[in-house]
Amino acid sequence: MIKALLSNWSVRIGGLLSLIFVAGALISYVWTPFDVETLAIKEKLQTPNLTYWFGTDHFGRDIFSMVMVGARTSIAVAIVAVGIGILLGVPLGLAAAARRGGLLDELIMRTNDLIFAFPSLVIAILITAVFGPGAVNAIIAIGIFNVPVFARLSRGAALSLWARDFVMAAQVAGKSAARISAEHILPNILNLLIVQGTIQFSLGILAEAGLSYVGLGAQPPIPSWGRMLAESQTMISFAPHIAIFPGMAIVLTVLGLNLMGDGLRDVFDPRLRRAR
Amino acid sequence: MLRFAFQRLISLTLSLIVASVVIFAVVEVIPGDPASYMLGLNVAEDTVAALREELGLNVSPVERYFTWITGMVAGDFGTSYTYRVPVAELIGDRLWISLPLTIYALVLSTLIAFPAGIIAAAKRGGAGDIGVMGFTQLGVAIPNFWFAMLLVIIFAINLRWFSAGGFPGWDEGFWLSVKSLTLPAIALALPQASILARVMRSSLLDTLDEDFIRTARAKGLSRRQALWRHALRNALIPVLTIIGLQFSFLMAGAIIIENVFFLPGLGRLIFQGITQRDLIVVESVVMILVFAVILVTFLVDLAYAWVDPRLRRR
Repeated sequence: MIKALLSNWSVRIGGLLSLIFVAGALISYVWTPFDVETLAIKEKLQTPNLTYWFGTDHFGRDIFSMVMVGARTSIAVAIVAVGIGILLGVPLGLAAAARRGGLLDELIMRTNDLIFAFPSLVIAILITAVFGPGAVNAIIAIGIFNVPVFARLSRGAALSLWARDFVMAAQVAGKSAARISAEHILPNILNLLIVQGTIQFSLGILAEAGLSYVGLGAQPPIPSWGRMLAESQTMISFAPHIAIFPGMAIVLTVLGLNLMGDGLRDVFDPRLRRAR
Repeated sequence: MLRFAFQRLISLTLSLIVASVVIFAVVEVIPGDPASYMLGLNVAEDTVAALREELGLNVSPVERYFTWITGMVAGDFGTSYTYRVPVAELIGDRLWISLPLTIYALVLSTLIAFPAGIIAAAKRGGAGDIGVMGFTQLGVAIPNFWFAMLLVIIFAINLRWFSAGGFPGWDEGFWLSVKSLTLPAIALALPQASILARVMRSSLLDTLDEDFIRTARAKGLSRRQALWRHALRNALIPVLTIIGLQFSFLMAGAIIIENVFFLPGLGRLIFQGITQRDLIVVESVVMILVFAVILVTFLVDLAYAWVDPRLRRR
């Protein structure tokens, strides 16, 4: 399996890009080229050079260091939001599949449909507007919309498994629906969950950037890519580099995760390769 | 068909009721109460009391919900606390920017995606396909507000073809207004066009594998003829659904893009409402957006069932 993964170019490039940003985020805890909280007005608005690789902003802060630290916020928000989706969505989907056709199934799926019908960004804006802007509320707002995604996915996948012989054998052996879901269904839908998790992770990064951009995500002094872009906006006419690098960081991270998701899907389910 | 439409109408009404309850509840659970939230800190007790009276906060939440919802149905959205004008009037003005922008972006997205998807499917595995797929991969990874900023840097600041933001108003001339919506519409359309092109491609590829295409080819049609005469029409059904869904993404996306270009649309209105703590405005605009999205989904469902009768029996 690992050999198959490593021979897939999508996984290789995507994995490398994602790894760079995760590594950047982790390294930023112990080291950044410059301190992101120290202002150095004398050095302000420098274009990229050998000292400041990505240049400096209007306060003279090193943009490279800020992009490194900003990766932390993006990755943390997206990971927790995906985590919420998996922890709530997967059990709900499995329960719905175990009680397929029943009241619980109907209730779970209709609630899901309803959440899907909402424009997620609008509701995220409402939530953060009412409960106050900040990383935690952004996580909740993004996380809520991950729940139906995982619930629907795991229900669909579990439904087909419930008709398989090995699940029937487990039923005959007297195992409860909950135990069958945990011991037999879950391991078999894990691949699907990993692929979807990668995609939701990249969507989470985009959503966090959008919320931070409009001022409803992580608040100062926590650096975030979206807010860096918002702050750069009034300066793009004379210092476009301030806007270019955080944006590139978002694009490359999302691109890396999407490529990895595509590649993982190809490796896990070769039948889908052609359809893409 | 009528029965299907009726069923969908019931589900539309249910969705709207639940949506309104959720939005009302979210605003309702604000720490403290809406009046003190709107006025902020350091306000005299009687000012808060006066606003409570004005907002009708002295009655039960259930009663308030029904007043709000019946008002909305009748077109009365309440009066904005900061602007002191009816919210319906504010929304009416702003809608004439947000709605054309969304439609403009939808048209652009379709115009880009159709040829791209068709080229990719027709020349599967060829240079065109790889190029289109590469571009769409990039397109879905770009945040639209950042793409908007890049467009401003290139086309407004460097080339000076467009203005960097603002909206002259429809009275100042149709083309001038369309021009000022062009960069925002492109920024909104690109990511959606990427998704649409991919759906178009894979839907066409699926259709090209079907038996009736093989029959058409056996009859002597070239691959190109079979694609244009038979495959395309059949491949369009999933594409139309996605176009419908994109309306909601574009509408929501417009909220952020309007901020990049300083367009006085619904998006700006929401954020002004948020910063000024004008909950009446925020609540109503969110409800209008949700209504628009649910309505479009309903219409797409109907169109879908009309095109493909098999779906009516769901």
